[in-house]
Amino acid sequence: MEEDIRFIQGNEAVALGALYAGLGFYAGYPITPSTEVAEILAERLPKQGATFVQMEDEISSMCAIIGASLTGLKVMTATSGPGFSLMQEAIGYAVMAEVPSVVVNMQRGGPSTGLPTSIAQGDVMQARWGTHGDHSIIALTASTLQEAFEMTVQGFNLAETYRTPVVLLFDEVLAHMREKVTIPPPGELEVVERLRTSVPKGTNYHPYLTREDGRLPMSDFGGRHRYNVTGLVHDMWGFPSTDSKVAYDLLHHLVDKLENRADAMAHYKEYYLVDAENLLIAYGSPARSALHLVEERRKRGEKIGLLELQSLWPFPRRTVRKKCEGRRHVLVVEMNRGQIYQEVVKTVANPEKVYLSNRFDGTFISPRDIMQTLNVIEGRGV
Amino acid sequence: MVRDYIRQRFFPHIWCAGCGHGTVMSGIIRAVERLGLKKNEIVMVSGIGCSSRMSGYLDFHTMHTIHGRAIAFATGVKMGRPDLRVIVPMGDGDALAIGGNHLIHAARRNLDLTAIIMNNSIYGMTGGQFSPMTPFGEKGTTAPLGNIDHAFDIVELAKAAGASFVARTTTYHVQEIAAFIAKGIQHQGFSVIEVMSQCPTYYGRKNKLGSAVDMLQGYRAGTAPVGSKKAAETPGIVQRGIFVEEKRPEYSGEYRNLVYNCRRTSESGEK
Repeated sequence: MEEDIRFIQGNEAVALGALYAGLGFYAGYPITPSTEVAEILAERLPKQGATFVQMEDEISSMCAIIGASLTGLKVMTATSGPGFSLMQEAIGYAVMAEVPSVVVNMQRGGPSTGLPTSIAQGDVMQARWGTHGDHSIIALTASTLQEAFEMTVQGFNLAETYRTPVVLLFDEVLAHMREKVTIPPPGELEVVERLRTSVPKGTNYHPYLTREDGRLPMSDFGGRHRYNVTGLVHDMWGFPSTDSKVAYDLLHHLVDKLENRADAMAHYKEYYLVDAENLLIAYGSPARSALHLVEERRKRGEKIGLLELQSLWPFPRRTVRKKCEGRRHVLVVEMNRGQIYQEVVKTVANPEKVYLSNRFDGTFISPRDIMQTLNVIEGRGV
Repeated sequence: MVRDYIRQRFFPHIWCAGCGHGTVMSGIIRAVERLGLKKNEIVMVSGIGCSSRMSGYLDFHTMHTIHGRAIAFATGVKMGRPDLRVIVPMGDGDALAIGGNHLIHAARRNLDLTAIIMNNSIYGMTGGQFSPMTPFGEKGTTAPLGNIDHAFDIVELAKAAGASFVARTTTYHVQEIAAFIAKGIQHQGFSVIEVMSQCPTYYGRKNKLGSAVDMLQGYRAGTAPVGSKKAAETPGIVQRGIFVEEKRPEYSGEYRNLVYNCRRTSESGEK
């Protein structure tokens, strides 16, 4: 079969990834720089008999996809910073009620309206802690459109496997950039389908009773089991409870199901790590500049490598700690005031060796920007 | 028979003695029974507040969601499974303050949801603050000197926003509750049923309206059927009845048509 090679925009790569994963329902509200995701799906979904709804705001968009997910569909919404802020309460509901859902955030400059058409990565902590209360969440990112496609598929897989909202934390450069993407034939990438209960009709189904493998089989609304879904602390029946033991166990479950697997489920890429004395850590579009610099410096014989994170949350702490061991310097490259830098500092054995190379002015960080930071660290002057 | 529809595990319920919400729940059960609907074909989606606890008490597919957003969640459920009946019980604060935007947009789309607004003119769960349905001059814990906000008229709001079925009654008029809700569920389109429901604990006490019985008698005296002589002759009286019942294109049906048409076009090779 001929390969399906396309020259497309990042937003389209994400939309196609979602369709590949089996997207059945999309609800959203227009916002730069993610709008094309909705535009593409508004045309594609009806043709497949799937559903597209443009809602009145981002709050209702997030709520609508949660409702649709409970009817058994794979669901997604896409937005950017301001819309992502509006979604936070409903994202917390999806965490608490354990409803599989995918939220794309094409990050732009903030706070507030900020720089709507410029890149930033300022929502890393909002993805982690944007909704109230102790919880855990999954956030993935990518630096190429091929990987954005793949991470979108993976985002759906993780959402369905762990019954959790997954944030696809891409950025404006990735959203608007065009490059070559090879759409894999069906079956090439793994697509995880929702685990549904085998409990027969007439037998008690416990929607929130965890199996031994940690998974909770679901039952679709309209199906044979009727149960309650709530954002209140609830027991295995989905009934509200104020019992301390129930609350303790539920919070443990919600956090542990992801944090205990942080390293096992982590996606990352390594470049020239074996003998690297200096290590760059980057993610999203800035990883392209970091990789460019690494390859340039390698040509000159410098021992430098790149760890590109694709999983941001849960933070793959052990992996990062191990990869940073024995390096002369670790330089975190990101387009914010040091949101992942702080995580790396917390994680490594020698935090004094960790530095930050960043931009947060809407201009894409260049290899030269990173080089200048590296020169300062290495005592070579700017 | 009522027990067939109730999850006794959830009881006792949280509603205060004299609260009107149980009467509304009973009306919903009687409407569902009268229509002969299966419990498996009903999804109840509620938000937050006293009235919103109802979803847990009833043996349908139920979602107790976040404040003000019940209609938004219900939109996802209905568009995900258009064959299911989706009932959305809400309080006046839930439906008209924090959730007002979702209410008017669902009305505009004419999505086939049955929105039941239990209007007790107060925020009960948080302890008696004035709501968008607290009349001018009345009292709440956040309006101790009298409310200077003006209340919505739910019927006029729903009509203006495009709801294709709009009705109002009170917890005194129990037969009307079941009848209007049954009609609302059967109606193909967005239905808004306002049920004025007494809150003797907060609204009644703050405004010296007496017991639950006194408040119910107030509903009898202070309302009249739409088009009646009493309604025509009594200035300021609240009218009850069905205000709008129109057949208009329904949103999930329109979407189904869209899917059908674009698939037919692509099958015939047109672009």
